[in-house]
Amino acid sequence: MSDTSTTQKSETQKFVDIRHAQKSYGELEVLKDISLTVDRGEIVAIIGPSGSGKSTLLRAINDLDPLTGGEVWLDGVQINKDLPHRQYEKHINEMRQQVGMVFQHFNLFPHLSVRENVTMAPKLLKGISDAEANALAEQQLTHVGMLERIDYYPSQLSGGQKQRVAIARALAMNPKLMLFDEATSALDPELVEEVNLVMKRLAEEHMTMIIVTHEMDFAASVCDRVIFMDKGVVVEEGPPSVVFKNPTQERTKEFLRKHLSQYAESAK
Amino acid sequence: MDFELILKVYPYFLEAAVVTVELSVLTIILGLICGALGTAARLSRFRVLRFLGAAYVSVFRGTPALIQLFLLYFGGPQIGIQLDAFEAGVIGLGLNIGAYMTETMRGAIIAIDHGQAEAARTLGLSKAQAFRKVTLPQALRLMIRPLGVNINAQIKGTALVAAISVVELTYTAQRYIGSTYKPFEMFFLAGILYIILITITGKGVAYLDRKVRLP
Ligand SMILES: Nc1ncnc2c1ncn2[C@@H]1O[C@H](COP(=O)(O)OP(=O)(O)OP(=O)(O)O)[C@@H](O)[C@H]1O
Ligand SMILES: [Mg+2]
Repeated sequence: MSDTSTTQKSETQKFVDIRHAQKSYGELEVLKDISLTVDRGEIVAIIGPSGSGKSTLLRAINDLDPLTGGEVWLDGVQINKDLPHRQYEKHINEMRQQVGMVFQHFNLFPHLSVRENVTMAPKLLKGISDAEANALAEQQLTHVGMLERIDYYPSQLSGGQKQRVAIARALAMNPKLMLFDEATSALDPELVEEVNLVMKRLAEEHMTMIIVTHEMDFAASVCDRVIFMDKGVVVEEGPPSVVFKNPTQERTKEFLRKHLSQYAESAK
Repeated sequence: MDFELILKVYPYFLEAAVVTVELSVLTIILGLICGALGTAARLSRFRVLRFLGAAYVSVFRGTPALIQLFLLYFGGPQIGIQLDAFEAGVIGLGLNIGAYMTETMRGAIIAIDHGQAEAARTLGLSKAQAFRKVTLPQALRLMIRPLGVNINAQIKGTALVAAISVVELTYTAQRYIGSTYKPFEMFFLAGILYIILITITGKGVAYLDRKVRLP
């Protein structure tokens, strides 16, 4: 890697650029040479069978599960740079501030109030004042419809409310990119919609998002592009209208037959 | 039971109980320090420190506390460590309970869901910040009750230093038996005082636990 490549964006440099991502756990190769780009403001869904490597890929983007090969670039800067330990820690902490992540199991901090969950990182990392932090919390919680619960603790919230707070917590760092790993999979069916609505609103605001999901309807209605993964490779990708209705690959067709009965019905 | 005798000697037992309290407080403080250091070592990313932490725990939990005391107090001078009985008692028992506290503290820390630190790291916190702001506050709450168990054991465990002639509660009871020939009364009185200490401490631990409990 030359110095210029980190400082100057070439014309072809994509906003998110994953190059030849490879990940092995010992003998098991979980990601096999995946290359993938996402434009600024684009919303991409990753679908695929359990164990296909969706979470691993998502978690590789902010280096929670470091790749064993390949590069991840965000907005012209390589995230998984090869740096000495100390420098790398500093670099990755800065990069992670720009990438919001939402987990299946929320991972709210149970010892902090909703307000503190949202303000903890900005206060610590951006050195904002208490007044600014409160304004930020109110703004972000209003955005996800959770302002009335600002002084509750996570244990006092429903799953859907927890996830909306978790989204507000991520947004409070003002990220360039949001990653969602099955954000609604742990929710009771009646709570899924309130989280989906928040994500839809983010989409309307042109947040760049990579969404791992099992909800085909949601992917079809919100995402610009769908990526189907199986056994550590991207099998097929394209606009939802193509991937869902006219998939070219046999593996995609088979997966969709199992998971898309509802959607196929409604799409007819 | 000879209540008159009990009334006559109990002031001396109270004095001895003060020594037991001093021993308890000092050994618990030393134990907490050793426990924190031991935990840091056992969770360190350096293999040497992890080994030293594990060795500390298995040596002190794997041998009788009485042997540790004797080794320090009687064996110490042989290798140039001169301690009076009280000092040897504090250091020996403090190191001993510290090994148990190491396991208590480490257990509480590793019981915190890894997703917590992960969520903090995702926001851009460093490893140290994530530990300080997210893992530790939750682990501290979790370790209050089990540390209370260690503390309970330690208060009773101070009785061991009677064997190296520190004039605390158990030693005092033994000494008065020598002059009164009333072992039942003497041990009964000592037992009552231990129960009082244990009950007060137990209530304190329970109060602290309630005080920091999350909604
Ligand atoms: N820490 C790990 N050690 C070993 N193997 C792992 C580890 N994490 C994941 N794997 C393996 O990697 C493969 C991909 O896992 P991953 O979690 O990315 O799948 P996924 O597509 O997200 O599945 P799901 O839909 O069930 O969440 C699986 O075979 C899994 O067993
Ligand atoms: Mg997954």
